[in-house]
Amino acid sequence: MKNIITTDKVNLFYGESQALKDITLDFLPNTVTALIGPSGCGKSTYLRLFNRMNDLIDNVKITGNITVEGENIYQKDTNIVELRRKVGMVFQKPNPFPKSIFENVAYGLRVNGVNEMSVLKEKVEFSLKQAALWDEVKDKLKKSAFELSGGQQQRLCIARALAIEPSIVLMDEPASALDPISTAKIEELIYELKSKYTIVIVTHNLQQAGRVSDYTAFFYLGELIEKGITKELFINPKNIKTQNYITGRFG
Amino acid sequence: MIKFLKSIFEKLIEGTLFLSSTITTLAIVLIIIFLFKEGIGTFNQTPIEDGFSLVVNKNNPINELSAPEIKNIFDQNITNWKTVGGKNDSITLFNLDNIGEFYSDSAIGENFEFLPQCISDYTEKNPGVVAFVSTRYTEKGFTGKILTTPKVKVTEFISQKEWFPTAQPAAQLGVLPLILGTLWVSFGAILIALPLGLSTSIYMAEIASPKIRNILKPLIELLAGIPSVVYGFFGLVVIVPEIQKLFNLPVGETALAGSIVLAIMALPTIITISEDALRTTPKSMKEASLALGANKWQTIYRVVIPYSGSGITAATILGIGRAIGETMAVLMVTGNAAVIPHSFLEPVRTIPATIAAELGEAPQGGLHYKALFALGCILFIITMAINLIVGYISSKKKYNAK
Ligand SMILES: Nc1ncnc2c1ncn2[C@@H]1O[C@H](COP(=O)(O)OP(=O)(O)OP(=O)(O)O)[C@@H](O)[C@H]1O
Ligand SMILES: [Mg+2]
Repeated sequence: MKNIITTDKVNLFYGESQALKDITLDFLPNTVTALIGPSGCGKSTYLRLFNRMNDLIDNVKITGNITVEGENIYQKDTNIVELRRKVGMVFQKPNPFPKSIFENVAYGLRVNGVNEMSVLKEKVEFSLKQAALWDEVKDKLKKSAFELSGGQQQRLCIARALAIEPSIVLMDEPASALDPISTAKIEELIYELKSKYTIVIVTHNLQQAGRVSDYTAFFYLGELIEKGITKELFINPKNIKTQNYITGRFG
Repeated sequence: MIKFLKSIFEKLIEGTLFLSSTITTLAIVLIIIFLFKEGIGTFNQTPIEDGFSLVVNKNNPINELSAPEIKNIFDQNITNWKTVGGKNDSITLFNLDNIGEFYSDSAIGENFEFLPQCISDYTEKNPGVVAFVSTRYTEKGFTGKILTTPKVKVTEFISQKEWFPTAQPAAQLGVLPLILGTLWVSFGAILIALPLGLSTSIYMAEIASPKIRNILKPLIELLAGIPSVVYGFFGLVVIVPEIQKLFNLPVGETALAGSIVLAIMALPTIITISEDALRTTPKSMKEASLALGANKWQTIYRVVIPYSGSGITAATILGIGRAIGETMAVLMVTGNAAVIPHSFLEPVRTIPATIAAELGEAPQGGLHYKALFALGCILFIITMAINLIVGYISSKKKYNAK
């Protein structure tokens, strides 16, 4: 199978300080990869490379080669809107827009020029179903998204990301602000979404990484220490730092 | 021991805080009560000055005249009793100054001691007469009819179109032109200030580099500290002549001049508060929008502005509040004509300007004085109403975000 995302010798600097060091790592389509590592090791920074969210920060310098679906995404003429349609993102805290449930999910379509109500309705319903939220909200699509619980809001954010039919979904600690039941729902969802999407998920919860991911990559102080099939990495880590981390000796 | 002192100290602070908030509340309540007590007094008085009355022939069927009727009669706009519901008979105005034309000095008496009889006699002989005389002359032996004047009514106060609080014989207390003047000037100011203020705040919050923002923000805050007379003066020497030239008007003191000056004055409030509101939009929400393929403008328009909607509305209310209540600058540039405005290029007069200009001349406790307080009440009610409406709209918007 061909890699859907590749990163080759990637370095990233916030001004003078280097946040990512020489990272070479690839992702297979229709897999879930977990990024783990202690706080500040660069997981979010790495994740945000794939939809160029780091562009929003001043003074960021990136070297190396990053491709999504075979295309270098850091070229001068890269169409960022197009890229972000392909690479959806779910954030740590649920962050719905101050709009109705329906308009939240329709947002990505609308800003990309889709305004036909019949198309919107169909896609909103489809996305909400995929995010396992449809049954809970189908009678109150016009209500404000803020009326949903935290867990529902996070699934709404997932539906919102899915509505524009990306091929890759990035999740930065999507369940860290949620209760155990909502977390379980999100995990179940990630498992189901795998058949259609490639998922990269940052998590601090090692059990969660173990439950949802096929592959796990361990970051430490801006370096990629180890990557492997999740089960193998957890049972039999090759690097002592990985072993220390997963046995809870630091981080 | 130290513990005990400390607890006393804490109680003391608590007490002080409680006391200051109580005093503040009390002061506000007292001011409002004072305002309304004086203002409502207007409606317990008649528009005719105390100590005077209007008299007519005893056979005249008219019993009372309203303030506008009195004015029209004495301005000779109404010349027949039929117009005000009486007999078909022309109206004869009688002025005390001309009494010498009808009665000899000896008939009046050396010390005017027979003046009442003369007036009585004159009214008796002239069926169409109406005279405005001191009540001293109508006490005993007076054979004419003393007209009653109805008390000032709230509805008339608000709906009548003439404001001549010192007019003789009857004060004309129509505040409609003043209310409309206030609304016109404020509305115009908001029309100018809101788009300008909003774009500036968006620029500062979302687009400007921190360096530019650090220069711009203190500058705008400085603008808020300039006394309003200075704005008025600026308006008078710069804006007023420009408007006069630009529109080729006889005078440049117009509603438009007032609106422009007020807009400049309201800008700092609107800009700083809405900028703060725009800045409260969580970064993650903007990122979510961008991550969905929206560009910067779509994000501002579809996420940042709706999110900070209530803050922007608050900024607008405070802006309007300043515009509606502002006195000095408006007084200087609007021309102060108490007529109903038909365009922005006519002179107008606002409620605060009226109060400021007239309160000094109005005898304390008199009708004029009380009417000015009633104007204050109207201003208070308008501002309250705007606050409530905007508050209601913004609270609704928050929960049923579109
Ligand atoms: N906008 C920024 N400007 C400067 N430095 C930054 C910025 N964002 C992150 N960093 C630095 O880059 C390093 C990596 O940060 P990053 O957020 O990627 O870590 P992380 O692994 O996601 O941590 P966490 O688990 O706490 O989310 C940290 O040292 C952080 O201080
Ligand atoms: Mg992170």
